[in-house]
Amino acid sequence: MEKFTTFEGIAGSLLLDNIDTDMIIPKEYLKTITRAGLGKFAFAEMRYNLKDDSLIEDFVLNQAPFNKSSILISSKNFGCGSSREHAPWALGDFGLKVIIAESFADIFFNNCFKNGILPISLDKTTILELVKETQQGENLKIDLPNQEITTISGKKISFKVEEFKKECMINGWDDISLTLKDESSIKDFEEKQKQSQPWLWI
Amino acid sequence: MAKTLYDKIWENHEIKREEDGTSLIYIDRHLVHEVTSPQAFEGLRLAKREIRQLSKVLSVADHNTPTHTLSLDDCNDSSKIQLETLNKNAKEFNLRYYPLGDKNNGVCHVVAPEKGFVLPGATLVCGDSHTATHGAFGAIAFGIGTSEVEHVFATQTLRQKPVKNMRITIDGTLEKAVTAKDIALFVISQIGTAGGTGYAIEFAGSGIESLSMEQRMTLCNMGIEGGARVAIVAPDQTTFDYLKDKPLSPKGENWEKAVAFWKSLHTDTGAKFDKEYTWKASEILPQVTWGTSPEDCINVTQSIPKVDNPTKERALKYVGLNGGDKIAGTPINWVFIGSCTNGRIEDFRSASQILKGKKVAPNVRAIAVPGSGLVKEQAEKEGLDVIFKNAGFEWRLPGCSMCLAMNPDFANPEERVASTSNRNFEGRQGYLSRTHLMNPAMAAAAAIEGKIADARQYL
Ligand code: SF4
Repeated sequence: MEKFTTFEGIAGSLLLDNIDTDMIIPKEYLKTITRAGLGKFAFAEMRYNLKDDSLIEDFVLNQAPFNKSSILISSKNFGCGSSREHAPWALGDFGLKVIIAESFADIFFNNCFKNGILPISLDKTTILELVKETQQGENLKIDLPNQEITTISGKKISFKVEEFKKECMINGWDDISLTLKDESSIKDFEEKQKQSQPWLWI
Repeated sequence: MAKTLYDKIWENHEIKREEDGTSLIYIDRHLVHEVTSPQAFEGLRLAKREIRQLSKVLSVADHNTPTHTLSLDDCNDSSKIQLETLNKNAKEFNLRYYPLGDKNNGVCHVVAPEKGFVLPGATLVCGDSHTATHGAFGAIAFGIGTSEVEHVFATQTLRQKPVKNMRITIDGTLEKAVTAKDIALFVISQIGTAGGTGYAIEFAGSGIESLSMEQRMTLCNMGIEGGARVAIVAPDQTTFDYLKDKPLSPKGENWEKAVAFWKSLHTDTGAKFDKEYTWKASEILPQVTWGTSPEDCINVTQSIPKVDNPTKERALKYVGLNGGDKIAGTPINWVFIGSCTNGRIEDFRSASQILKGKKVAPNVRAIAVPGSGLVKEQAEKEGLDVIFKNAGFEWRLPGCSMCLAMNPDFANPEERVASTSNRNFEGRQGYLSRTHLMNPAMAAAAAIEGKIADARQYL
């Protein structure tokens, strides 16, 4: 995974609650067997008139400069619905690196970290301030090591992130190799469970 | 210290816990289907890794499979590629696999319980959010993303923090035509689709204890629609009776030992929940959704609410309805009975009671899609297929079908579906299609009347 430390980018805002994974990547596009290339289908049903593939002009990510957004600002319960990792794959491939929202659905939240996308939860007032400061296409600066967002006017907003997830993102660690360091504990566990709950072994 | 059922099972699977509270937990069961697995197999291959415990994996083809034919030639190219990729991976990795055409094939969350694959006290994962279904057996079961699918393949573990505990108690007896589906929709309408985010929901109370396993599965299945990755019901005699003699459930002496252990799996008296709700079963009437989120839900006698925020305004516009109008009487174009929520034998029995001797309204196309080959077989043994067909339903082969419309079963723009599935999101059942979630008896009543109707008048 690519390392994530600091970066600066344009923030588009989509202030609807319950942006679900079917909106982020409609199922027609789940049929791929690779991870790459889903960006053009991100938000497909909100972005295109599917009858003729033309752009829906008033959708924010279709409007310059927000079509180059690397940050998305949204409202409550972002990413609810299915477990499809195609959702973060599509958003990442579109170019998004950070999603700021009032709250996130659990599975989506987890999936973001596995794909180098940083989900940040902030309260509604702060989100509305950020929207105001970015509505002409101004950049936001994101600093993960210091857990801080800086706006164009120099305002600093701190955010929370779990320590372990942060470490993994900053270092670009691959989860599996990390877990395999615990190989012997896993083996011990298996041996014990075979004794205590043998019926779990088929 | 008094503990909740969820905490007990979690601790029982904890290999280690980091200082920040993240656990490495052991995974006992892993369900695999064609949509969320290809990239995980690819990852294994690239890193030259193997599946750590092959016997703990069960795989099926379900999301893309056609339900009108067994031939892949009628699927579009990308569905075909995905199904063929799973066939190939199943062979290469030597998976326990029920492919399209096998009589054991069907929707993963219907097939796994039929096989006795999920057991009380186990941890089960699947790259699918409705994995919560299996909590019905007193297991911790939850959906994961594809990276985690690969992680479980390679390590048989996951690195996660335990969630908080919520208990939802339903006391008393359900009214006629009210089912676990209505409990689920009602609860979601009360707590919201994010109400359970960050929680494991334990369903308890006499209203839950009296439910069959099938109903408990329907209930837990919808947990994720209330935001909870995990929903759980304590195992009891109903659970043990269901599991007895299933192909993969323990046998002989192991069965006795297992049952003795399973009896200890319940929340201790005095255990603390971070959140509690209680409702009376008699408060719950047959539910119907009106919008594009499962929380947009009312009972069939109510009117669609007048809305005042952008999210709900968008929803009403999308479904083409007006705030203030009665939901009953809304004309429909389609009826879909099936899915991992309501595609089990009891669901078809309940719908058939209403359909017996009746005809589907001429404006409606109705399809019945058994959740698995075994459900289909059982239904046919009971003659239910004949009742459905005589009423004018199409009696299909098993699969996810119109629940998410990845296969050729979908509604056209602006067509309205009375559906027993679990999601009414925009476009879920076809581009610009409109979904109303309800229980199977309600869907059957809608089929007959050609509009949303109260099933109670038919019982
Ligand atoms: S039936 Fe629907 S919800 Fe269930 S696994 Fe299939 S697509 Fe998902």
